[in-house]
Amino acid sequence: MAQRYLSGAPVTMDDRVRVLMPQSAEDPLAVPVEVRAEGLADVVEVLVFADLNPLPKILEYFPKAAKPNLQFRFKVEQSTPVRAAMKTRDGVWHVGGAWVSAAGGGCTAPSVGTGSGLWREQLGEVNGRLWPQKDGSERLRLRVMHPMDTGLAAGIPVFHIESLSLRDAGGKELALFKPYEPISENPMLSFDLESKGPITVSGRDIQGNLISGRIGASPL
Amino acid sequence: MKTSNPSLRLFAGAALLACTAANAPDYALKPQRIADGVFWFEGVDEHFTRSNGGNIANTGFIVGRDGVVVIDTGPSKLYGQQMRAQIDKASGGKPIAEVLITHAHPDHFLGNQAFAGAPIEALPATVTTITQQGETLSANLYRLVGAWMQGTEVRAPTPLAQTGERSIAGRRLRLIALTGHTESDLVVFDEASGTLFAGDLVFFHRAATTPNADIAHWLASLDQLQKIDFRQLVPGHGPIVHGPEAIAETRAYLSWLRDSLKQAAANGLDMVEVMNAPIPERFRKLAVVDEEHTRSVSHLYPKLEIEALPPAK
Repeated sequence: MAQRYLSGAPVTMDDRVRVLMPQSAEDPLAVPVEVRAEGLADVVEVLVFADLNPLPKILEYFPKAAKPNLQFRFKVEQSTPVRAAMKTRDGVWHVGGAWVSAAGGGCTAPSVGTGSGLWREQLGEVNGRLWPQKDGSERLRLRVMHPMDTGLAAGIPVFHIESLSLRDAGGKELALFKPYEPISENPMLSFDLESKGPITVSGRDIQGNLISGRIGASPL
Repeated sequence: MKTSNPSLRLFAGAALLACTAANAPDYALKPQRIADGVFWFEGVDEHFTRSNGGNIANTGFIVGRDGVVVIDTGPSKLYGQQMRAQIDKASGGKPIAEVLITHAHPDHFLGNQAFAGAPIEALPATVTTITQQGETLSANLYRLVGAWMQGTEVRAPTPLAQTGERSIAGRRLRLIALTGHTESDLVVFDEASGTLFAGDLVFFHRAATTPNADIAHWLASLDQLQKIDFRQLVPGHGPIVHGPEAIAETRAYLSWLRDSLKQAAANGLDMVEVMNAPIPERFRKLAVVDEEHTRSVSHLYPKLEIEALPPAK
């Protein structure tokens, strides 16, 4: 895993990198995960992977003006460790992890959207909201409608979001999120951004469909 | 650990022998008498494990003049067989007049094989769910409890032709169709003894499970149960009660669950944060509350959190 994903850079197991999730996967199509750094500064890149998934790499995250913390859900095929690797500015990967027990089958099932044929109508739709936090950061919660097909279900090609860029009102990029096949259908994501005011989300999927939306702090 | 210690080795050897002797799984079921002709089997207050064999739910039976009415059949073929042997003993070998399945969860219907030949009935939506998802539910239980499941196969019930007042095996029963714990929850009331078999609409001293729950419907069903003039209530999980306390406890837990999840969604929390939030002291005494709360967040939060996220512009 280190050779394949961490490109030969120095690696250290580090308790400050926390992966929080339930011990047992209630829904193999959507295992919730919280990745956070506790007392580890200068994180420039976050990589999350599940060792025993057929497609181990779950996501890459580049926090620029954001905490290295994020929350997401992923599809699990069988019980597996889930690891987060955080690269600090000095080029060292800090790795933490946890184990999830699962009945599995999440990666080889077709997405609900593809199964029902309804996905086209809502593809790329964005819902979201910001919550200003006491420490001056803001919590962004975001859902993007997308089948996120893994390509492992018979007859359904791989189809997932490639990137989501989060920018402040002035156009400055706060963070770049790159999901891979295991991220759950219609991704539900949480980020902690060092910004104030509305956020612009822009991105694309691997077929070039564009995703965009502007998100503020007001409730419905 | 020092393995060279001879007494330790002896101990290990004895443990191995004990394991071999205990190889044949045994639920050691003992029917407990509730009233004249009314009995229940008490499940343990745990999750599915390899040591409890999935025996976590209560089941019961009512002995009538001409036969026996069975309420739920437990988690496995073996449970059903051992249950049936105890029923035959208690009833003096009366025929099984009817088996009623309260709802489509695997700890309640996977013993059906042991009652082959008798009518096995459930509400129509329960039959549909068992037909469609029974294999998945059964496979998951094999994974969780192992050898106890040997030979267990799904036997879907047939749809109940009629609910309401029924006379079965010479016993007057009220079969009540409710909803909320699952899409269809059957409740059985024995008029003569005033015994209410509430199924999993009522949990007592144990946290409720919610994989197919609709909390608003469930709370409305609890209001219906409250109106029944029962002398004793057999919850789906937990001890028998004579008063309203089990219904009240289930209602309090479900109301808190609904309110706390709504509040968390309004506060912008994600799922793992909600799972790790503290559980109020008054619910800490419920068995397996940490595990069930975590599961409930998985079941119920997705619908609530999206309600707090407006469409982007």
